[in-house]
Amino acid sequence: MMMDADQLPRLLSGTPGVPRSYQQHHDAFAVAERRPSLFSELEASGLIGRGGAGFPTARKAQLLRAQHGRHKVIVVNAMEGEPASHKDAALLATNPHLVLDGAEILAAIISARRVIVALARNNTAAIAHVTRAIRERERHDRHGPTLEIQTPPWRYVAGEESALVHWLNERHSLPQYRPQRPTVLEIGGHATLVENAETCAHVALIGRFGAEWYREVGTSASPGSTLVSVTGAVERPTVIEVALGTPLRTVLALANADPEPQALLMGGYGGSWIPGDDLEVRYENEGLARLGASVGAGVLGVLGRSGCGVVETERVVKWMANESARQCGPCAFGLPALGADLAELSAGGRDAKVALERLRERCGVIVGRGACRHPDGVVRLVRSCLDVFHDDLANHARGEVCPAALSGRRFLSVPRLEREDELVWG
Amino acid sequence: MKHRTGVLVLRVDPVLCDGFGHCHELAPELVSMDEWGYPIIDDDHAALADPSRLTSARLAIRGCPRQALHLERLNEG
Repeated sequence: MMMDADQLPRLLSGTPGVPRSYQQHHDAFAVAERRPSLFSELEASGLIGRGGAGFPTARKAQLLRAQHGRHKVIVVNAMEGEPASHKDAALLATNPHLVLDGAEILAAIISARRVIVALARNNTAAIAHVTRAIRERERHDRHGPTLEIQTPPWRYVAGEESALVHWLNERHSLPQYRPQRPTVLEIGGHATLVENAETCAHVALIGRFGAEWYREVGTSASPGSTLVSVTGAVERPTVIEVALGTPLRTVLALANADPEPQALLMGGYGGSWIPGDDLEVRYENEGLARLGASVGAGVLGVLGRSGCGVVETERVVKWMANESARQCGPCAFGLPALGADLAELSAGGRDAKVALERLRERCGVIVGRGACRHPDGVVRLVRSCLDVFHDDLANHARGEVCPAALSGRRFLSVPRLEREDELVWG
Repeated sequence: MKHRTGVLVLRVDPVLCDGFGHCHELAPELVSMDEWGYPIIDDDHAALADPSRLTSARLAIRGCPRQALHLERLNEG
């Protein structure tokens, strides 16, 4: 059966929350081929990775194809460290076999023998779906690479690719310092390709229906559809599938979100705020780049008019500071310092004016000095906050705290800090 | 012998670095410090072309108790 090209959803077709069985999956999507020659199709599709970095999937596969070895590994990254992101969970709860198909196609392309699906330990629903899917496949299809599940504990940085690979090797979720990039990561000495779960599902569709079909949706630079986790000022947090290049107004409408938001958090908790006044901007990296934002990991946090951007940023930054692996000084000390400055500002205390100046300076000091991009993401968020909530910050710095900050109305979902007492708040 | 091209830069492995601050004392013209005592390395790539600076970079590398500093050759083009 051929799916209509411009028909969405592609990835989330079926019943949300009811994972398709192997048989239903084949009825819906037809049989997948696993040819190494699918690489050219992948290249022509122009698929961009959906994990957050926005790296072209074909280039990553090319790098791994050039590696020697007969025991290469594919890691499907469904860790979903972003607390606001639920897209991988939604995908695995609807079409788990699509993700596994994509991983098998990638395995054929780079000639890998082993596929590891990495799921956060507390995501029991997804673990159950994938376990069942793998068992079904073992009954039907005994060729292909071996499939297994690994469950690292959930942490923000645990999904960072070098931290994930390090956990798979040594059971510690610690990002690694890689002076040269791109680096080939290794599991047990075997070259490893880490791909986001959604990216794998896109690969599965490209493998079936081809690059041309894939590109019929989306823009020429950002082809295809994408999953967006919408949270904040929405009826209920949802995951929707939209074509890349859809105007933000349409994306918000599809998610039943506040049609006139104050600001939008794009990408994730290491993403950027953009003002809510121009909703004609297209949801894809080129359009968002002009506002200093990107699609990132597909998180769209909606801040309503009754919220305070300073308070929201403070909450996110404090949580992100707590999630630092505390390996690198600038991240371990710098992020709590940013959180303390923002706390001073949101409360409009005596030192708020100094805190605002210090916040600007500290951003410039911290950026680019960690082993991974965790501190850079937080700095990006703080800088966009300095930009978008410029007037609010000036008011807070004068001690005129906005009513929204005092009202206690909060929009973004930030998990409770587990180890707040360990933090180095000023 | 193969002729090597490209400029040398001083790099720090932020995971190894524990902020002892020896590099700042040994090579103050190359390494400054943030408020927490961790090194900020001058990102001017031409800096190590000067032999005296290269010497202090080597001193800083040898003097680092965590062996966190290293020289890296950036290939041009």
